[in-house]
Amino acid sequence: MIPKENIKKFLDKSYSIRKHVLEMTTQAGSGHPGGSLSCVDVLVALYFHVMQHNPKNPNWPNRDRFVLSKGHAAPTLYAVLAEAGYIPIEELKNLRKLGSMLQGHPDRNRVPGVENSSGSLGNGLAIANGMALAAKIDGRPYRVYVLLGDGECQEGLVWEAAMFAAHYKIDNLTAIIDRNGLQIDGPTEQVMSIEPLASKWKSFGWNVIEVDGHDILAIIEACEKAKLVRGGPTVIIAHLIKGRGVSFMEWVTSFHGKTLTEEQCEKALQELDAWYRGMVAG
Amino acid sequence: MSALMKSTRDAYGEVLAELSSDERIVVLDADTSTSTRTNKFAAKSPNRFFNVGCAEQNMIATAAGFAYAGKIAIATAYAIFATGRPWEQIRSFVAHDKLNVKIIVTHAGLTNGPDGASHQSLEDIAVLRVIPNITIIVPADAEETRQAIHTAVELDGPFYIRLSRAESPVIFDSSYKFKLGKGTIVKDGDDVTIIAAGNMVAKALEAANILAKDGEKARVVNLPTVKPIDRDLILAAAKETGAIVTAEEHNIYGGLGSAIAEVVSTREPVYMEFVGVLDRFGQTGETEDLYKTYGLTSENIAAAAKRVISRKNDESRVR
Repeated sequence: MIPKENIKKFLDKSYSIRKHVLEMTTQAGSGHPGGSLSCVDVLVALYFHVMQHNPKNPNWPNRDRFVLSKGHAAPTLYAVLAEAGYIPIEELKNLRKLGSMLQGHPDRNRVPGVENSSGSLGNGLAIANGMALAAKIDGRPYRVYVLLGDGECQEGLVWEAAMFAAHYKIDNLTAIIDRNGLQIDGPTEQVMSIEPLASKWKSFGWNVIEVDGHDILAIIEACEKAKLVRGGPTVIIAHLIKGRGVSFMEWVTSFHGKTLTEEQCEKALQELDAWYRGMVAG
Repeated sequence: MSALMKSTRDAYGEVLAELSSDERIVVLDADTSTSTRTNKFAAKSPNRFFNVGCAEQNMIATAAGFAYAGKIAIATAYAIFATGRPWEQIRSFVAHDKLNVKIIVTHAGLTNGPDGASHQSLEDIAVLRVIPNITIIVPADAEETRQAIHTAVELDGPFYIRLSRAESPVIFDSSYKFKLGKGTIVKDGDDVTIIAAGNMVAKALEAANILAKDGEKARVVNLPTVKPIDRDLILAAAKETGAIVTAEEHNIYGGLGSAIAEVVSTREPVYMEFVGVLDRFGQTGETEDLYKTYGLTSENIAAAAKRVISRKNDESRVR
């Protein structure tokens, strides 16, 4: 059982991170707010409950690894790292500025806590495979978590890596797919259909769990279940809503790669505040 | 130079057997382990060998993952497939994040003769040389291969080591000392400098013998590290011999010759000739026959040397 105060902490983190994402992307004037908001709750579950990690020692050899494959969700990763204590919160205002540690897409050389540079789609699962096998060879207890976008699953390399993980029976790996249904050119099923997604992964030899990805407790439960699976990899298909938390951003394709105006941002923050107060009261 | 012949891929197989007890190392191959000789490692340390099947992007990205987790990852396939298909994985992860991935390829240049253009590689150095942080080595023979691989394993960061399928003359014995980033003068002379890498080093030495018969004294430089390049040695050659011929088993665009011209033209401009493949694709044929067809023989190198010496002499008469 997860104690009540933890559930309140998840809510607080989920609220703060969304607020950071809206503010930092609006200030930067470019970036991907939609696909950043969709995966906030997944990262809250991982960084504030599921994963063993230590912000004071980012290179702790036994830490669980988080691989962000959909690198355009950089603002969410940065906000999470700030809330977890890896980087100062004031740093977030420097997103996408010249010379900043917070590049448009994550740069491992610049940010403590970022496991791998990303931005080029389709690579994270293969990287996670290598990390997970290294743990087995070195006898280390860590697990590897990798977050993929749904549009990203159109990359051939995702399926090369999917084949590999099943072939080498990599069971210290959990992949999570941000199934928000939209990519930059429109709905995934119109741009290039990826359904039936769950049966594709099953046929590649994966254990598949589907959850409501905005239910933090459901994500945690799925991750715990995945830990018990032996002899093969697990994928959690997290059904999510692009732009989640702001009514006029939800399900709107254009917010994949477009930021808010100052006025829109103000309205969005008001909505977010109202949602948070309702949840706390509620 | 002895009459002994040995391919650099066979030397690679022997080095891998030596390295197989090193727990830091994992080896990945893309369904070419018999041809590339990584099977020598697989036989000794099967738990640290990973065949990814026909999936070169996956090979490089997985190798990156191993390196992020602290392993030394050696990734091997034919030169064209290990560089062409996963170029972006090499660029955006291996090189950008300065990972301990050693891309060691075989069947480079025209040495995969009978398989034809699809399996030959005349472009790999050019496409990697434009990526920051990668050290590029083209060993001239078996001994240099052995030492270059040990050096790459002991140093942090991305390496590309380019090996051959074909047998080539053994040039060095164990008294030779490979130094990263440094070339060596394997034969001295002051009329012209021939700078070569890989299989062309033996041909350059033969070319120097041809030139000697006509009274021309050629300096022959073995330059295995294409990046970072040995500026001092190149500038000294330009200054002291006044003419340079480069010889490489690669397109003349973007490879060793281009790298040398970039140095010479800025500091010590002298006439140059480029022996290499003149912007063409390969084709099916035995390797030595392809060298003749594409102008990569010792005679071609000697002829280029004569052209550049004559231009140098014409110039000094004008002055």
